[in-house]
Amino acid sequence: MKERILKILENNGNLTVKQLAVLLDVSEDTVRDEISRMKKEGVILGFNTVIDWEKTERQLVNALIEVKVHPKKERGFDEVAERISSLEQVTGCYLMSGGFDLTVMVEGKDFKEIAMFVAEKLAVIDGVLSTSTHFVLKKYKDGGVHFVNKVQDDREAIVL
Amino acid sequence: MIKLNISSVPASGIRKYFDLVNEMEDVISLGIGEPDFVTPSTVMQAAHTAMNRGHTHYSSNMGFLSLREEISEYMQSRYQLSYSPKDEILVTVGASEAIDLAMRCLLGPGDEVIIPEPSFVAYKGCATFTGASVVSVDLDADHKFKLSAEKLEKAITDKTRVIIFPFPNNPTGSIMRKEEMAEIVEVVKDKDLIIISDEIYSELTYNGDHVSIASFDSIKDKTLVINGFSKAYAMTGWRLGYACGNKELILAMNKIHQYAIMCAPSLAQYAAMEALKNGADDVRYMVEKYNQRRRVLVNGFNEIGLDCFEPEGAFYAFPSIKNTGMTSDEFCEKLLKEQHVLVVPGSAFGECGEGYVRATYASSIDNIIEALERIDRFLKNRTNNKVKR
Repeated sequence: MKERILKILENNGNLTVKQLAVLLDVSEDTVRDEISRMKKEGVILGFNTVIDWEKTERQLVNALIEVKVHPKKERGFDEVAERISSLEQVTGCYLMSGGFDLTVMVEGKDFKEIAMFVAEKLAVIDGVLSTSTHFVLKKYKDGGVHFVNKVQDDREAIVL
Repeated sequence: MIKLNISSVPASGIRKYFDLVNEMEDVISLGIGEPDFVTPSTVMQAAHTAMNRGHTHYSSNMGFLSLREEISEYMQSRYQLSYSPKDEILVTVGASEAIDLAMRCLLGPGDEVIIPEPSFVAYKGCATFTGASVVSVDLDADHKFKLSAEKLEKAITDKTRVIIFPFPNNPTGSIMRKEEMAEIVEVVKDKDLIIISDEIYSELTYNGDHVSIASFDSIKDKTLVINGFSKAYAMTGWRLGYACGNKELILAMNKIHQYAIMCAPSLAQYAAMEALKNGADDVRYMVEKYNQRRRVLVNGFNEIGLDCFEPEGAFYAFPSIKNTGMTSDEFCEKLLKEQHVLVVPGSAFGECGEGYVRATYASSIDNIIEALERIDRFLKNRTNNKVKR
């Protein structure tokens, strides 16, 4: 049941308990209980809205930063990663295999703001050895949602 | 200039809806009788590969033997039906062509064909083109739009040559269970006629697996099973279907087919082979999605006061709109004009469809929920207006 609920919520986070109950053919209480349990267990961490800011007045620039880190004794990469994650501009932070250690996703209003962020907030963190910043030029898909070339419904209005 | 049995068939009554829709921007159409899913990528890839390898020629008239072998295997494993790929299976341009071919082989002036209604519009049209007379059997919501042996028996005469057996049904979503079919079989087994069983929605059933009426041994030889790839594999635009039946009928159908069509499109046939080999998981995924949406739509109609019986197959709900006091055509036109939601008048599927509308759940959950809200608003606006007056 958990998995069935999650599979739907993953792509349709805005459905009501009642709608979920009908979809899954179970009682509303079952859905409500399962969801609150999963929230408590930390399985469901939050509900986001996928927004294409390009279509609004707000200016927004995203960047992916490769970060090399000097791991701390005992706590390894966690301490630095948590400090980076706590920064407001950071939207994602991942420990990576390969040639560098952390991928940090950031957003800011323009290139300059992100450059300042890297210079003043990120690079100065104790344990950060080097950074390499890559700006996002165009979003094709984010959070599982297509931003461009979304398949249009090209069906005829009525088909008997 | 035009022959009477062609010109006498009226032009489609839904034309006006296309004109209305074209003037609007934010229409949610639940009027589309085809999957909203795109063809599974593995199937598309197979067609690409075939194209790139230069497989761009005619196939044999009856379709590639390898495809017919796949179909034969599928019919056996899925529905326990045995057909020889050699001369009992014909690959056609959509299930529609198979319907047309069969009627042209079996019907002519003076013959009668029994068509349960409400039903897909092509049966009546194709039958009329042959010059045969259509005998409609009216199905009703009280019996979940099922065909009863009693009703069928009453409709059969000495002139009956063909019975159309359209389940899972478009537009009602009704299905026939094995024990219900057993009664039908008793009525027809000693009669000299052919049953055309249109099973295009066979994969889309929600409370248990589809059973083919041809699985009754006593009538297998007089049953033509028609199926295809459009609905199950979301392949409507590929135009590929097939007919399975006794050798004599299949070879007769192939005669018309080879002169009129030559063969079904080769690339679509390569795609279909892949669909049968590796498409089962995609079908299962889509059926689960349809099933979820089915519950939302049917539940929604009942909640806003449009009585809707539980459809167990295809992807249609067929709610009654009788309590609104409108005809189905009025209901659909006003709903479209006022709330920009498109559903199809039940009357488009036969006179006894009057008082109902067909809404498909081959549409996203968001669309279905939004459409239900708009229909609810449409109904409330009308009751409010009545009170004010």
